[in-house]
Amino acid sequence: MISFVSEVAVIPGGENIYQCIQCGVCSGTCPAAGEMEYPPRKMIALIRAGMRDTVLASSSMWHCLSCYMCTVRCPRGVKPTELAHALEYLADKEGYRVKGTSTPAMYHSFVDSIHSNGRVHEFGMMLKYYLRTNPLAALKMTKVGLSLFLHKRLPLMPKKVKGKEDLSRMIQRFREAGSS
Amino acid sequence: MEPRIGVYVCHCGSNIAGVVDCEAVTQFAQGLEGVIVARDYKFMCSDPGQELIKKDIRELGVNRVVVASCSPTMHEPTFRRACQEAGLNPYFFEMANIREQCSWVTEDHEEATEKAKALIAAAVRRVYYHQPLESREVPVNPNTLVVGGGIAGIQAALTIANSEHKVYLVERDPSIGGHMAQLDKTFPTLDCSACILTPKMTLVGSNPYIELMTWSEVEEVSGYIGNFKVKVRKKARYIDVSKCTGCGLCQEKCPWKAPSEFDVGLAQRKAIYTPFAQAVPNKPLIDREYCAYFQKGTCRACVKFCEAEAIDFEQEDEIVELEVGAIILATGFSLFDPTPIHQYGYGRLDNVITSLEFERMVNSAGPTGGHVVLKGGSHPESVAIIHCVGSRDEKYHEYCSRICCMQSMKFAHLLKEHTDAEVYEFYIDIRSFGKGYEEFYNRILNEGTIFIRGRPAEVTDVAETPEEKGKLIVQFEDTLAGVQRRLPVDMVVLSCALEPQPDAEVVARMFNISRSADGFFLERHPKLEPVTTMTDGIFVAGCCQGCRDIPDTVAQASATAAEVLVMISRGKVEIEAATAVVDERICSGCQLCLALCPYSAISFDEEKEVCRVNEALCKGCGTCVSACPSNSINLNHFTNQQIVAEMEGILG
Amino acid sequence: MRYYSYFPGCSSEATAIGLELSNQAISQPLEIELIELEDWNCCGSTPYGSLDRQESVLVVARNLALAEKTGLDLVTPCSSCFVTLYGANLELRENPGLMRRVNEALAVANLEYHGNVRVRHLIEVLVNDVTPEVISARVKRPLNGLKVAPYYGCQLVRPDYGFDDPESPHSLDRLVTSLGAEAVPFALKNRCCGGSLIISDESMALGLIHKLLENARESGAECITTPCPLCQINLDAYQGRVNSKFNTNFDLPVLFVTQLIGLALEIEPKSLGLNTNIVSPNRVLEHITKVSQEAGSGT
Repeated sequence: MISFVSEVAVIPGGENIYQCIQCGVCSGTCPAAGEMEYPPRKMIALIRAGMRDTVLASSSMWHCLSCYMCTVRCPRGVKPTELAHALEYLADKEGYRVKGTSTPAMYHSFVDSIHSNGRVHEFGMMLKYYLRTNPLAALKMTKVGLSLFLHKRLPLMPKKVKGKEDLSRMIQRFREAGSS
Repeated sequence: MEPRIGVYVCHCGSNIAGVVDCEAVTQFAQGLEGVIVARDYKFMCSDPGQELIKKDIRELGVNRVVVASCSPTMHEPTFRRACQEAGLNPYFFEMANIREQCSWVTEDHEEATEKAKALIAAAVRRVYYHQPLESREVPVNPNTLVVGGGIAGIQAALTIANSEHKVYLVERDPSIGGHMAQLDKTFPTLDCSACILTPKMTLVGSNPYIELMTWSEVEEVSGYIGNFKVKVRKKARYIDVSKCTGCGLCQEKCPWKAPSEFDVGLAQRKAIYTPFAQAVPNKPLIDREYCAYFQKGTCRACVKFCEAEAIDFEQEDEIVELEVGAIILATGFSLFDPTPIHQYGYGRLDNVITSLEFERMVNSAGPTGGHVVLKGGSHPESVAIIHCVGSRDEKYHEYCSRICCMQSMKFAHLLKEHTDAEVYEFYIDIRSFGKGYEEFYNRILNEGTIFIRGRPAEVTDVAETPEEKGKLIVQFEDTLAGVQRRLPVDMVVLSCALEPQPDAEVVARMFNISRSADGFFLERHPKLEPVTTMTDGIFVAGCCQGCRDIPDTVAQASATAAEVLVMISRGKVEIEAATAVVDERICSGCQLCLALCPYSAISFDEEKEVCRVNEALCKGCGTCVSACPSNSINLNHFTNQQIVAEMEGILG
Repeated sequence: MRYYSYFPGCSSEATAIGLELSNQAISQPLEIELIELEDWNCCGSTPYGSLDRQESVLVVARNLALAEKTGLDLVTPCSSCFVTLYGANLELRENPGLMRRVNEALAVANLEYHGNVRVRHLIEVLVNDVTPEVISARVKRPLNGLKVAPYYGCQLVRPDYGFDDPESPHSLDRLVTSLGAEAVPFALKNRCCGGSLIISDESMALGLIHKLLENARESGAECITTPCPLCQINLDAYQGRVNSKFNTNFDLPVLFVTQLIGLALEIEPKSLGLNTNIVSPNRVLEHITKVSQEAGSGT
């Protein structure tokens, strides 16, 4: 039975997690810290405490903006942004249903768009996202959406990549080969 | 004399025996050519272990000794001495390192055992060709050079001078005193720094055994332990110090100003100046860059007012040559400049200051008369003190600067003394390790300073609420409370890292010593030899070797003095016999070796047209040996024959 | 003429159409040719990397393999694409096991990647290859005195690529100055706009955008310029939402850096896609043309 911290230490994103001195610069810097139940430093403390379930069930990492300010300021070489991504991956893969944020649904819509078209069709992605989460919320966005559409920034039809099939087959092959 | 080799395999507890099969190795050694006895023992370096060797020398006629144990750096001298005490020339001894180079670095036990066997076979074959060398003794010059006149240099100089031996104290600044002279109070006793320092400074100035050379720098060093030659440049002060009475009128009358180095730029001094009131020597000097006479040929007010006629614009730098037996480096530290840490706002935002700037500000003899003031003259109502600025940070210095926690808490106390301000300490860990230090921490806590555990993310002037307008806002995570907070304050003090002097590399090269990875001068052994360096006769004391507080600095300085006095009282030192020798019959005088020698140990005899090695300067590095085109140089104790034999032993 | 393989990014065909148009418009006068990478696919950006890091590297790798065949540097104008392409490229080069596994999958489409592509941001190309001095020399209509807040966003300067200072960058300031405009001291110039979380975490993102707009206005800016499609849409298209939520009245035009450059090169606003900016850039156009007219009238 390996500890949660040693599990995280060896995956991409877990670099230098052992070196964290809990100084708090990351949480002090994070623009999203106010939204997070466990901002980066606390998250690392929880990982070290072996509280796997608490960590993966939390919505905190989904609020990460990927602004990388924490990474630039950390005096120990920890990469909290990448760590957040790694935790998102684990949580999603293991089927944790996150409360308090619809970012997972947005990310899924994004990726689905890539799988369908080879590129992200922004209008289609938004539609899918709102249908998945809260169709009524879409109403709030009509003004912005309409404004974008009228300014020729929201084409209704997707552009398709010719190599879309190639991409699908590559992904399929990659998944079959399993993890390295 | 037929070689009769004794081999001794050490277990070193489980350090070697836990990985290497010592019994098998001993048996293997017994079977080697020339070996008449092979033994193994738990701790060869112990008295009984050494006794095994001595007994075999006396009773079995062993005349070549191989010990397979740790590194020669550890115990070569131990075993050489054991041989000598039993009547055998110590150079008939060879060590096989089967610990640092074998058992400590090999995981597979079988591989380690095979390697140990190979290393012993090599040593056995080599020792066969050893010669009985004699180490030379050279006399020790009883004078000492101390480089650096801060508290470390002062302490070392005084201790040696008190033994009635001569000390040259060379200081780069116009006065001795160093950084300690700039401090206000010292922790944990809150002694006034100048009050405890100036008596020592005065003693230095008046001690007949100390020749004080301030405003001077070492330019060149040559020689070897007991016999160093040092060139010192005594820079021109443009004052005849024998005539100057130190009345200070010239400084009063001089109309030209310059930023004061002593006050770290917070105040100005004159172009003709003494750095501070208690300077030793209390004589002024002229700064050419700011002096109107040097720059434009005008003024000369000082000349007009000097009754002693001590101004001498024609004065030139003087080069002196000193001969000393030992050198103590006490060149101190430099303060980290926090400008690169953009997010703390130093140099960009008003009222963000460094630790040294705060020391000068709070000092009653300082630029603000001891008043803690903001730009504009008002008093701060809230002050944040940030620990670890530039320390414990892989981007700047990985190390902890050791003194900043105590210094920061001292600042808190001084702020409570001088102002009514609310004081906040931002820390990651509190390091109050010394005598009276934890009690000091307790005292500061009780005085009402607010300790917040969290390294600040930034200091900004971008206000997000009306309360923040016009203030410096510290943004941080209060890690113990677990929330991100913004705290508006009036002033921020950055406790900056101590770092090696900017010219540490140049100085290290000049004195031929090494530096550790953090840039400070390298001691010979971190635990057991904290004041000696890898260069015999050169010692280090104080912050130039690593961050430390005043008590530890003074202790270390006294330790270097003790080491020097050992040398002086013995009056002589032994020179390692493993030096190069030129066979003058074969040498053609091409002088290739002379050009290559890193220690300038080779000279050319014009008459005989051959090169000759100075055994005292030679370090036995072997450069000349490998370069010589006619193979006429040999290295004692590392002859070609011995080295080839060693290789043959390894290759089996 | 300098040639580059060009990765537009998905927004370029939609929400960042202005960026795409202005990139193409300024390339010829600056003697660079941005050759669109044939049949490029989405880089995956943050979402793909968060849901499946290793698979996201594969998705990037198809583009890298295609780019490697051109033998040119791969340049992208989008900061998010840049950090994704750059990061995946670095990871492939440092992790031979991953490279092998990725190449096995790429082989399905007869593609292979050997790690030879250099991924670059268009801004870095403009600063290091073209240089602000050359841009300055090409300027036909200096923006004389237009007060611009240069907004870097996050992923142009972080994590540290060695291109610009992550805490106090100055590359955009230099570009702005080279056009004859004034780069106002904008303290929050490298702080986050909320990025893609404007969609799923709108309230937080609007708070961040509000802070940025406030700081830009306080710094005296007449407009904001930015290279990143996400930043531009957040500051531009959502300015109205910020105004309703916080009861403010911001009216700051947000131009892509290349749109600003295009204006200084005297390219037609329509060709720069300025009609697609939500907050009207008319005031900026008026300021520029007014100065030019005054200069022209020989007063």
